[in-house]
Amino acid sequence: MERRLPPLTSLIYYLLLAAGAVVMLAPFVYMFSTSLEPHAFVLELPPRFIPAQPTLDNYVQAVTTNQFGRYFLNSMFVAVSSTIITVILSALLAYGFARWDFPGRQFMFFSMLGTMMIPSLVLIIPQFVLAKNLHLLNSLWGLVVVYSAGTALNMFLLRGAFEDLPQDLFDSALIDGAGPFTVFLRIALPLVRPSLAAVTIFSFLGAWDEFTWALTSINDSDLRTLPIAIRLFQQQHGTEWGLVFAASIIAILPVVIIFIIFQRQFIKGVMSGALKG
Amino acid sequence: MALVEYNAVQETAARAKVRASEKMPLRERFKRTWPAYLFILPGMLLFVVWSFYPLLNSFIMSFAEWNLIKPSVFVGLDNYTRALGDPLFWSSLGNTVFYTVVTVPGQMILGLAVALLLDAPLRAKGFFRTVYYIPVVTSWVVVSLVFTYLFNGQAGLVNWVLRDVLHVISGNVNWLGDPLTANIAIASLGIYKGLGWTAVIFLAGLQSVPSELYEAASLDGATAWQRLRYITIPLIRQTTLFLLVILTIGGFQVFISVFVMTGGAPVHRTDVLLTYMYSNAFQSLDLGYGAALSYLFAIMVFALSMAQFKFLRRKVEY
Repeated sequence: MERRLPPLTSLIYYLLLAAGAVVMLAPFVYMFSTSLEPHAFVLELPPRFIPAQPTLDNYVQAVTTNQFGRYFLNSMFVAVSSTIITVILSALLAYGFARWDFPGRQFMFFSMLGTMMIPSLVLIIPQFVLAKNLHLLNSLWGLVVVYSAGTALNMFLLRGAFEDLPQDLFDSALIDGAGPFTVFLRIALPLVRPSLAAVTIFSFLGAWDEFTWALTSINDSDLRTLPIAIRLFQQQHGTEWGLVFAASIIAILPVVIIFIIFQRQFIKGVMSGALKG
Repeated sequence: MALVEYNAVQETAARAKVRASEKMPLRERFKRTWPAYLFILPGMLLFVVWSFYPLLNSFIMSFAEWNLIKPSVFVGLDNYTRALGDPLFWSSLGNTVFYTVVTVPGQMILGLAVALLLDAPLRAKGFFRTVYYIPVVTSWVVVSLVFTYLFNGQAGLVNWVLRDVLHVISGNVNWLGDPLTANIAIASLGIYKGLGWTAVIFLAGLQSVPSELYEAASLDGATAWQRLRYITIPLIRQTTLFLLVILTIGGFQVFISVFVMTGGAPVHRTDVLLTYMYSNAFQSLDLGYGAALSYLFAIMVFALSMAQFKFLRRKVEY
């Protein structure tokens, strides 16, 4: 029972959408074409969207002489480790909160909720002092720990999924003599796989893009992650835009690929949340 | 993100009432539920150490003069009174408000327009939805660098389009060098990056409007504008209010784009609250003052969200 548009109307709709799409994509196209330009042609007018002499020099130079290969690995290490830790911890937390009405549950739950509503930058000063005292400043583990500590949001997503599971499922498993951990691992976890996948993707992207904590806590140039490496590189070589954008594209490629593969789940996830609200 | 928070608040409030009614002796309750503690222990530990404790610690720090080198000195409310008398605090608040006041309606109006187009029965919907959403998933740092390049004072694309294509300016504008134009550039980034998310949320709202209403209205001879004005807009009110809350809170938290595009220059005149806090804490190493600024900021955001949550919870009637 699909509505149909008259041909002229749908033509206008397409034109409007296309015009908007051009504006949305132009910065990316311009960035990409600049990354393919030899240095001399950067910021040339009129701007070229198709480079006259495309070259991969900037990419080669970014990875070889400017250590962007290393920064890529640093980012990968931090994002993967913190994703694994945060997914495990938040699944355990969520299950604990969803399954049992234990003494202290309300208090703990609301303190997590309250802290989550506070913008993360408000915590950056005391976290900096704490990391300094624990010798976690200027260390990739310091990044991993802080990114992993942001479990609250994941916990809420997973808790909802666990609460939707029917109680009978657990009762029958307990009668069979399975311990709580076995029930969690064998029965509950496999049933919430879609939510686990969502939490994994969002945690990875969050850690991959994180900027402020990495900038604040990392000093050593060997330990930089991509976002701060790109930023500091741009500060030092403000005019070498081709190189800056080659590095930027290396940094956003994994994210854009993950998004394009999972876009349905992504957008569905965002939309279903809104409908509930 | 924040939408989950909102749901969580409402759900939990509802559940708390149910659970409280089935109270049993504490001992008994503990006996039945003790495995829960094993499950929550590791996550709680990390949370307490890295979020809960820092939050309390920063409150204490906000009453001290502290620079990491000398021992801290208790100064009472000095940091707070200093903030209230600091013109840069007020100008960074002004810039934050400007950003919010421009980007929230900007994202909402354009987002609704895009959502209406995407809601129409067109073939390439999925493709366009993806295109509008790509900036949302792209890192703030990268988008900010691209915008720095686009708003370049000499040969930037924006200057070129305005001067040579549209002929609305006669000479180049030094966008990031002047506070007003820098604010405009930063706000345009905010709209660009948030538009896709806003459109997708609106789209969800639009799809919940029963299509019979439109059909009935068409039969009655209502024009497209009348259907929008009298059916769509009133029926997606809940979505609109929700977006208003989330985008306002998000607008107040603007940080990376300002940090990258101007860094507060010239002389803090483009600073927003968070960049001003950050530069006091980590560039001037005035950690106590930074903590006080961040507490003032947290209070503002908290008050904003509380006021708006209250507003949201009111039932909408038609």
